[in-house]
Amino acid sequence: MDDLLREFVTETNESLDVVDVELVRFEQDPNNAKILDNIFRLVHTIKGTCGFLGLPRLEALAHAAETVMGKFRDGLPATNDAVTVILATIDRIKEILESLERDQREPDGADADLIADLERIAERTLAAARQQAAEPARVLRPGEVSLDELERAFRDTPVDPPALKGGKAEKAGKAKPVEEAAKDDDTARSGSQSIRVTVDTLEQLMTMVSELVLTRNQLLEIVRRHDDSEFKTPLQRLSNVTAELQEGVMKTRMQPIGNAWQKFPRIVRDLCNELGKKIELELQGAETELDRQVLDLIKDPLTHMLRNSADHGLETPAERRAAGKPEQGHIRLSAYHEGGHIVIRIADDGRGLDTARIKAKAVAQGLVSEADIEKMSEAQIHKFIFAAGFSTATTVTNVSGRGVGMDVVRTNIDQIGGAIDVKSIAGVGLSFTIKIPLTLAIVAALIVESSGERFAIPQLSVVELVRARKGGDHRIERIKDTTVLRLRDKLLPLARLSRLLGTDADADREVESGFIVVTQVGSQTFGIVVDSVFHTEEIVVKPMSTKLRHIAMFSGNTILGDGAVIMIIDPNGVAQAIGSTVTSQMIVEAAQDRVEETAEEATSLLVFRAGSTQPKAVPLSLITRLEEIDARKIEMSNGRHMVQYRGQLMPLISMSPNVNVKGEGAQPLLVFSDGARSMALVVDEIIDIVEDRLAIQVTSDVPGVLGSAVIKGQATEIVDVGHFLPLAFEDWFRRKDNPTSARQHAVLLIDDSPFFRNMLTPVLQAAGYAVTAVGSAREALALLEDGRAFDVAVTDIEMPDMDGYEFAEAVRADARHAELPVIALSSQISAESIERGRQAGFHDYVAKFDRQGLIAALMEQTDVGRAA
Amino acid sequence: MNSDNVERNVNEYVTAMVGGQLFGLPIRRVQDVFIPERLTRVPLAPPEIAGVLNLRGRIVTLIDLGFRLGLVREDNGGPAMAIGVEMNGESYGLLIDSVDEVLKLDGAALERNPINLDPRLASVSTGIFRLDGQLLMVIDVDRILDISIHAAAA
Repeated sequence: MDDLLREFVTETNESLDVVDVELVRFEQDPNNAKILDNIFRLVHTIKGTCGFLGLPRLEALAHAAETVMGKFRDGLPATNDAVTVILATIDRIKEILESLERDQREPDGADADLIADLERIAERTLAAARQQAAEPARVLRPGEVSLDELERAFRDTPVDPPALKGGKAEKAGKAKPVEEAAKDDDTARSGSQSIRVTVDTLEQLMTMVSELVLTRNQLLEIVRRHDDSEFKTPLQRLSNVTAELQEGVMKTRMQPIGNAWQKFPRIVRDLCNELGKKIELELQGAETELDRQVLDLIKDPLTHMLRNSADHGLETPAERRAAGKPEQGHIRLSAYHEGGHIVIRIADDGRGLDTARIKAKAVAQGLVSEADIEKMSEAQIHKFIFAAGFSTATTVTNVSGRGVGMDVVRTNIDQIGGAIDVKSIAGVGLSFTIKIPLTLAIVAALIVESSGERFAIPQLSVVELVRARKGGDHRIERIKDTTVLRLRDKLLPLARLSRLLGTDADADREVESGFIVVTQVGSQTFGIVVDSVFHTEEIVVKPMSTKLRHIAMFSGNTILGDGAVIMIIDPNGVAQAIGSTVTSQMIVEAAQDRVEETAEEATSLLVFRAGSTQPKAVPLSLITRLEEIDARKIEMSNGRHMVQYRGQLMPLISMSPNVNVKGEGAQPLLVFSDGARSMALVVDEIIDIVEDRLAIQVTSDVPGVLGSAVIKGQATEIVDVGHFLPLAFEDWFRRKDNPTSARQHAVLLIDDSPFFRNMLTPVLQAAGYAVTAVGSAREALALLEDGRAFDVAVTDIEMPDMDGYEFAEAVRADARHAELPVIALSSQISAESIERGRQAGFHDYVAKFDRQGLIAALMEQTDVGRAA
Repeated sequence: MNSDNVERNVNEYVTAMVGGQLFGLPIRRVQDVFIPERLTRVPLAPPEIAGVLNLRGRIVTLIDLGFRLGLVREDNGGPAMAIGVEMNGESYGLLIDSVDEVLKLDGAALERNPINLDPRLASVSTGIFRLDGQLLMVIDVDRILDISIHAAAA
């Protein structure tokens, strides 16, 4: 294409974008002469250049638009109608520019319709002005002032000096001078010089720099091998310069996020007209910079969310009035940097999400069962809007709700390694927070080896590295075919990278040692087992070949310092391969990233066999470790089975008389530890770890068995660990070395679930408390009524009849025990529930299954009690 | 029209041996010929893809032409060679046994594929030249690189 024409198209497109924004501003602020001045000049430039280049269609359109704006300049009101027609004209100009770029000539067609509209407006405004002028006692309109100001502005601005000299501004070279004036203005505004460079040039520069980095790395490698090299100093210098160059080139790729927002004021304005709403758009942090590539990817999701907010989020003026809100809705878009990320927030003050409808839809779509959803908090339910194919809009409007919804937004954001969160308060508003990496081009990555090949794992998703060794602190444990790692209080699912990639020559090889890259994707945490870990390196991400892009395990490839190409592992792909269905992932995520909080819905249970064919189970959270020891190491001491374990003698307890300690071979053990002490239950066989709801259906009279529950379709005995602990150490529950046991504090434990009562009682007793457990809040109140004294109460929140909040309120209401500290136990910890709890009078809030947390809270509350 | 005919009449082909068969690629599609080094295999990739490698800072996807055509590559003692081609801005290398001379051939002499040609060859061949002593099969680079379609058909 002709260079001149190409430049014209690029420049005009940019000018038009500015006109778009400015016009909307002008409409809201018609007295601002400066805005009008700016618009007028831009349109005038376009018109002039068109004439110069011989583009009659564009020139005619620009001319008609300029005429109308000229009328504005004469101090006439910029009506909504008029601005709409001008915006339509700008759209038409853009269309023409597009085909101009494509075909290098103006497309055929006529614009008589628009021009007629524009002329009509010009005349009408003129008529209105005359009418106005005829009005006798006319108040001084702001328009008049602005006209003066405008004239002065025009005079004062250093517009086209050569034309002024020539004495005739219009005819001679009307394009050039004005253009220069516009440029002057630009320069003055930005305060720095800039030149236009094509993206291709920058990309090429980036590639060259990457190559330079590679070459530098190679040189460094060579020099490292020759100790006393005279190259060392200059190479160091080269290395530094290269690093700076790389940084500089990276900087050229950075663009303000405002570029993605440029069209938003116009979009909102159009939506206002279309939907009959009043919306104010506030943009904050438009200058926040991020990589061009990321910017492109984030543009569409943001536009979609903005439309959503305007269409579904904000109410009509009538509805807002009825709700006691200002008629004008408010949407705020803000961006700021945080670490290596950019955080973008889009918030409106509309009606918020319709929780009931999301609930109904989630159940109807089979994403979650009705029973489960009843237990979820609002925030958890809101997250379903990110599920695939989820849209609650009952009516499909032109604006949004076309079947693509937040799931698409989420997918887009996932793809660039970002995260999205939603917060909604009914009637008050809705906000989305997006966190995305600043750049995709260069990322820090961990270089690992698996089956002799190297791979890169993006550092962003790596939480920590764990070295697993046979007999070491961290051991890979095996439950049937699944390998897991017990890491602190969590059980981490493991996946061997070589197996995921199908490069494992010996798939059944026993996995005992290796490096575990603990990885987090969203709320899912898992371990990737690799053979070795080298180092962290800044890698230049190159897209996968289209022939390989279907492989979910890789997100791209890169060239390492030694020149080899390696694959970049996509943690998202690995997470999927590790196998969690979308739904369960949703639920886990909905549970706000905390496994403990999902306890109500599903408990991790260890299923094993001991003494009978019927499976037995115990909550995994109670077990410290699974061991398999050599039976020959089991010793008899004082009539009891013992084993030397970590430098101590650990007593072994048989689950029932039918379980015999093996004479030879491997003996599976469940190890329970508390403080420095450990005991082990001898079992026949460890079967599996399952996630299931724990509902004891038949209680038991047999000591050591709480009752039976159906787990994974099979009747299973739930073992009462509390029964066995004292068998190992008689003083398990009343240990002298317990620091808090100077005086036993009395704890009132309230939980409707016998399981939790039975589980927590021994735990609290072990910590030195005297525990009275009751099954309902009413029973608890009755005890208090009877004058029983307690130092602290621990209550479940979700209980039938009277819940934890009501209990706390009742306690507070009675002067006799208004001072009793109440600790709440819950599977749901959300900001709302904590706030609700505070109002009800809870002193503390602990997640169920968080034993350490509970004991810490108890100690704090009883200390407070003592002090008081 | 005339110039078109002239161009069509003198086509140049880079010729290469794969599994004992002589192939010709239109020279305007060939970027370079190189010896593949430091090949990284790609787990889970289609079997036709031998791996990826770094060629002067670009990542090149290497296609095993023999496997793609259902031929067995011959070990001729020399190093394997690759012909560099490009499609939609991406770089590919076609792995071959050895590269031969560049031939100028008259387009009019191009004959249609025999109907009994192995369908896997026929799907990528635009025709055959009868040379002295052997046949030269002209292959279409785009069709060779159309691996997904090939995989779906197989």
